[in-house]
Amino acid sequence: MIDTIHAVQTPEGVDLALPVAGPTPRALAYGVDLLIQVVGLSSVQTVLFSAGQSGFAQGLYLIAGFVTNWFYPVLFEVLSHGQTPGKRIVGLRVVHEDGTPVGWSASVLRNFLMVADFLPLLYLAGITSMCVDPSFRRLGDLAAGTLVVHAERSSRRLRAKQVEIAERPAPPPFALTLDEQSAVIAFAERAPFLSSARADELAAIPAALTGAEEPRARLLSIAAWLLGRA
Amino acid sequence: MKLAAFEAQGRARWDRLAALLDSLELGKSGPGSPPVSELPELYRHVCNDLALARDRQLSSALVGELNELALRGHQLLYQARAGQGANVVAFLTSDFPRAVRREWRLVLLCHLLFYSLLVGIGALAYRSPELIYSFIDEPGVRNMEQTYDPTHGLVTKERGAEDDAAMFGFYIWNNISIAFRTFASGLAFGVGTLVSLAYNALDFGLIAGHLIRKGAARPFFGYVIAHGAFELTAMLLSGVAGMRLGLALVAPGPRTRLAALRAAARESLPMIAGAALMLVIAAGIEAFWSPRRLPQALKYGVGASLWLFVATWLGIAGRVSGD
Repeated sequence: MIDTIHAVQTPEGVDLALPVAGPTPRALAYGVDLLIQVVGLSSVQTVLFSAGQSGFAQGLYLIAGFVTNWFYPVLFEVLSHGQTPGKRIVGLRVVHEDGTPVGWSASVLRNFLMVADFLPLLYLAGITSMCVDPSFRRLGDLAAGTLVVHAERSSRRLRAKQVEIAERPAPPPFALTLDEQSAVIAFAERAPFLSSARADELAAIPAALTGAEEPRARLLSIAAWLLGRA
Repeated sequence: MKLAAFEAQGRARWDRLAALLDSLELGKSGPGSPPVSELPELYRHVCNDLALARDRQLSSALVGELNELALRGHQLLYQARAGQGANVVAFLTSDFPRAVRREWRLVLLCHLLFYSLLVGIGALAYRSPELIYSFIDEPGVRNMEQTYDPTHGLVTKERGAEDDAAMFGFYIWNNISIAFRTFASGLAFGVGTLVSLAYNALDFGLIAGHLIRKGAARPFFGYVIAHGAFELTAMLLSGVAGMRLGLALVAPGPRTRLAALRAAARESLPMIAGAALMLVIAAGIEAFWSPRRLPQALKYGVGASLWLFVATWLGIAGRVSGD
């Protein structure tokens, strides 16, 4: 399996696969969040100082800066299903390592410890940690026991029932192992998203199975038979 | 079983669960959605189906879809109970002081290190007048000397409520950020925390030593004594929390470093939360009380009682027999 998956066993004894997110989308989400914080703080500043410079406005602005700086990610992650606005836009979500929604203590830890991820400069420690860890956890994630996962519904795009196979079902010429069967089915599922030339090329690889002529149609009809289509 | 048959059997249940999850994730169960009471059963069914589909390698698209349903169900069913956590009174009167006492060795060690460094550098600055200029430039030193000038300094001048409010914001922003950074940089094997504590001890010791030499000891300590009780103690406690992280990595004991770090991080949370609350109090005192022009005896009296209060609070509150 080359996918970056973090497996979680539920009390029901079934393994859930969490699609963990790598450094690039997370950096992107962080950038969006940073932008939102800057825009938000400067609009707070404009409102507060619209009536001229006053000590009260200055004090409030500093407190707003403090709260934004440290608690913006915490509040959003806990109150908004593990998603800061940036993560929502990019399609990420923070969860505990057991797949449950992130709570206060884990969120505070992972976000405060981002200071350590920044060390020695420009998030070098955090990026190194993400590159070394199989689940892309930065130091804060490691200490808090959290993961950042892809939140988009990738399977919506590829629903099993949407796999329409035009070819008539036909049994394979010889018995297939379970792995081979699932490879054939996976091909049928992905064929609509492949270019026609590429699909032909892939279908020609198992030559013993598909024969010389029309390998793609042949493979699809085997898939239809395996799927149990009438 | 072939995929088509499997799907025909389960599809209605999966769609029902999907509809229920859709409505629950929005925080309400709509009129058209299935009742919440069905969630556990539908969820357990989908777990079964997922295990079967995966074992029979039915189709990766179907496995993906079922995995997503099970994951969403899992998140809803096993989320942490909300609304039971924070009890500020119980935290302040027992959890926080107990967390501090649990780490009494580190608390003691950090205090010893901090104050001996502070007194040491203070003595040096007292004896060699030029030392302070290696760290603070000349206008800075002059400004500081004027601030604490015993006869006509700024501290003894009344300032308005506006400035107090501005300074309150500044102390919140500046001091609590320093405390959080002191804590977090402990992850660098404790070195970041030690550097931060040492820097603060040097800074404070240098200024104190220099001002004592200039004969400004009374206004200076009259200014710092009250909020110092909360501010210095809270800074040191954030240092203790940071050292917990660092020590977990340096000396993890019988656990792996990762497991030790996680336990330490969890255990240091009450300490850092308490330190943050103490710093809010310190900011209030520093902004609204410390700059007041009042008899020195009163300022020292209040300051001393605050130190006594902090010591008794952290030393005694929440103690149960055998604690």
